[in-house]
Amino acid sequence: MSFGQPSTLPRWAQLTILPVLNLMAALLVTGAVTWMIGENPLECLKLLIDGAFGYGEGIGYTLFYTTGFIFTGLAVATAFHAGLFNIGGEGQAYLAGLGITLTVFAFDKVLPFWALMPLCLIAAMVFGAGWAYIPAWLQAKRGSHIVVTTIMFNFISYSVMLYLIGHLLIEPGSQNPTTREFGANAWMPSMTSMAASIGITLPNTPLNASFILALIVCALFYLVVWHTRWGYELRTVGTNGDAAHYAGMNVPKVIIIAMCASGALAGLSAVNELLGSTHRMNVSFTNGVGFVGVAVALMGRNHPIGIILSALLFGALTQGGMDLSFAKPLITREMVWLIEGLVILFCGGLENLFEPFLARLFKWRK
Amino acid sequence: MTDLAIELIGICKSFGAVVANRDVEMKVAKGSIHGIVGENGAGKSTLMSILYGYYQADSGCIRVNGQETRIRNSQEAIRLGIGMVHQHFMLVDNFTVLENIILGAEGGFVLKGGMEAARRHLKRLNQEYGLEVDPDAVVGQLGVGLQQRVEILKALYRGADVLILDEPTAVLTPQEADHLFRILHTLKQQGKTVILITHKLREVLESTDTITVMRAGMVVGNVRSQDVDRAALADLMVGRKVNLQVEKNDRTPGDVVLSVANLCLTDNRGVQLLKNLNFSVSAGEIVGIAGVAGNGQSELLEVLAGMTEASSGDVCYKGQDLVRMKYRQPKAAALRGLGIAHVPEDRSREGLVKAFSIYENAILGYQCDRSLCRGLMYSRQALIARAKKLIQQFDIRPDDPLLRAGLLSGGNQQKVVLAREIHANPDLLLVGQPTRGVDIGAIEFIHHRLVELRDAGKAILLVSVELEEIMSLSDRILVMAGGQITGEVVGREATAQALGLLMCGGDNQ
Repeated sequence: MSFGQPSTLPRWAQLTILPVLNLMAALLVTGAVTWMIGENPLECLKLLIDGAFGYGEGIGYTLFYTTGFIFTGLAVATAFHAGLFNIGGEGQAYLAGLGITLTVFAFDKVLPFWALMPLCLIAAMVFGAGWAYIPAWLQAKRGSHIVVTTIMFNFISYSVMLYLIGHLLIEPGSQNPTTREFGANAWMPSMTSMAASIGITLPNTPLNASFILALIVCALFYLVVWHTRWGYELRTVGTNGDAAHYAGMNVPKVIIIAMCASGALAGLSAVNELLGSTHRMNVSFTNGVGFVGVAVALMGRNHPIGIILSALLFGALTQGGMDLSFAKPLITREMVWLIEGLVILFCGGLENLFEPFLARLFKWRK
Repeated sequence: MTDLAIELIGICKSFGAVVANRDVEMKVAKGSIHGIVGENGAGKSTLMSILYGYYQADSGCIRVNGQETRIRNSQEAIRLGIGMVHQHFMLVDNFTVLENIILGAEGGFVLKGGMEAARRHLKRLNQEYGLEVDPDAVVGQLGVGLQQRVEILKALYRGADVLILDEPTAVLTPQEADHLFRILHTLKQQGKTVILITHKLREVLESTDTITVMRAGMVVGNVRSQDVDRAALADLMVGRKVNLQVEKNDRTPGDVVLSVANLCLTDNRGVQLLKNLNFSVSAGEIVGIAGVAGNGQSELLEVLAGMTEASSGDVCYKGQDLVRMKYRQPKAAALRGLGIAHVPEDRSREGLVKAFSIYENAILGYQCDRSLCRGLMYSRQALIARAKKLIQQFDIRPDDPLLRAGLLSGGNQQKVVLAREIHANPDLLLVGQPTRGVDIGAIEFIHHRLVELRDAGKAILLVSVELEEIMSLSDRILVMAGGQITGEVVGREATAQALGLLMCGGDNQ
């Protein structure tokens, strides 16, 4: 088995056994590191899982983080289907936050919830798409590499937003770099309140209606990518650009639209954070959600089902990791990042590490 | 010791369900030129890849100079004195000849010492075999024939006693080919062994001592070149009487469908790829374009299909000026809409998306067809129904529309492309290399389809590097060389000699 040849593994094994093996390997290395700094790895693993899934509040937080990761995962996957690597989800989500904030500031005194919320969603998507449009145009028309430009656009967005929040949008009289609180008519309904309206009591968590939106977008993503002409063109451009040119597809246009759709999806993760949880915009509220999206899309193999599952994994790692670092003083925030990094490394970067071994095992069994 | 350089005994190799080599037996005497002939897909290249260590045989054994050996990779093959000249050259364009030759055999971390030794060695090889290659020339600036000699030199430099050449004349003009064979004869006189893979009968008969004929992965004959003639060899190769001449009635062409005037194309480096082309294609006629690969035929097809914009000149299709027309969509899509279908020369690069299933490939280029949609979405039933129809009409195997196109054999891939383009019922069909890498059964099928289409009153422009294909299909033949049309011959009256002369026409003036 040499590199670049199609796998001899059956597809179901590629989709199930391989990711599980990769995850186990990541956990094994994490366990070794945990043991070296003097903690009990098994105990830590139990704390992590309990933190993510062991109690109602934990589950709520896990799903809240999952929601953001689904959006950015889908964003990266959209670009990926067109053969583009959008590293700029972070900046696009950040800019989407600006769109949301400006819309809320303009209308939260005048418009009711049912009118304001769609406006906010549109603003988030338009601002996210707009921020992705520039690198997309540069790639399609001038050949500037999208990886380089989107990374640079992340830095630009940090600086622009820091300036805007620090100087123009800051709540008057406040010492914190944060905007004023949004009017309650701009809040995404929380899961707790929605469940309460039908008589179910849920613990108080930031999990909100964006989660449902994320699942709907997943279904739409599937239909658009695999069952429409545009999705067909997207995938053709991504897998064989020469064939797309031969088939009379407008390759630059497909690239630009794909990136804009990607930016719009990344923008929706800001809805989850700002309208669903904080109800105001802080500096660096995105907190790496765009980068985790890359890992989510890679691990989820750019398919919505895979993306939901891997987003859940990273949501659980974020929430469980936080609980773990509260319970164990030796396990710092940095240690949790290390775990996430190892998961990304094994499941994304070293995706096919165990493939030859597993393929041989299958052959031998036959 | 023995006088056999290479002996292959019972070599078997399969890829999945496809058997590429079955019980292959072959003996190559030292100091001889040995030909391996067979249709595309007969297993010649697989066999040589096994000998050169790219693949491992499933069973069987290889003897080099009488010694049984295992060749696990190309380094081991080189160590055993086996060298290979690939069809596609493995050279670094912006290195000099000398740099290319020591690549992989630099002889130390610091280049200088190795370079000087290499230069002396190279000079000796150059003289010994009459190769006439300047060690300081930049490879990218050399002609194809010279680049090939660099490849030969590279193999000799590494101490090759057995030289394998894979389809060496595919890219050469007849003169360059003659020069190559003179070199091979010199090599033979110096005691080297040459193995020549080809599917051209003439050259193999003229230049070799012994011939192995392969068909469908098996050896069907080991013969001495002087004992056979072309017809016998062709029958052996195909396994039955071959009638390469396609049954075709005379037909008076109808109206002119496509006319091209003063068409020129210059690429962005300023190289003129097409020079003042003038020709026309009428309804109910096949116009063939013959020529050695890389003389502008590919570019011509791309211009006519709307994938490349011509630099100047006129293209008129059914009374419409295709150059000055305003296009609201990409030109390739617009031209399809006007009834120009295109079977591209390189089906795996352009004609298909190998990762897509057959039914997805069946709409490539016709993805905007409204009848495929139900509302905003594609109707999966409609897509699959169309694919099933194509599969049935063109006998594509296996007949599963959900199968990935990359898993099909070359012939079936080509049938998918051809079926798709013919299904669109075009008035003008542009066809490039319709039978490249296609098995003989499929070749006949494809040829019949093309003639059927012509008899149905369609115009066909056929580009092929296979002279026999051009001669048997075309009503008129245009010959291209150096981006120009160097001559026109009526199909029935064409001879390979006459076409061959025209094919060198644009080159050496």
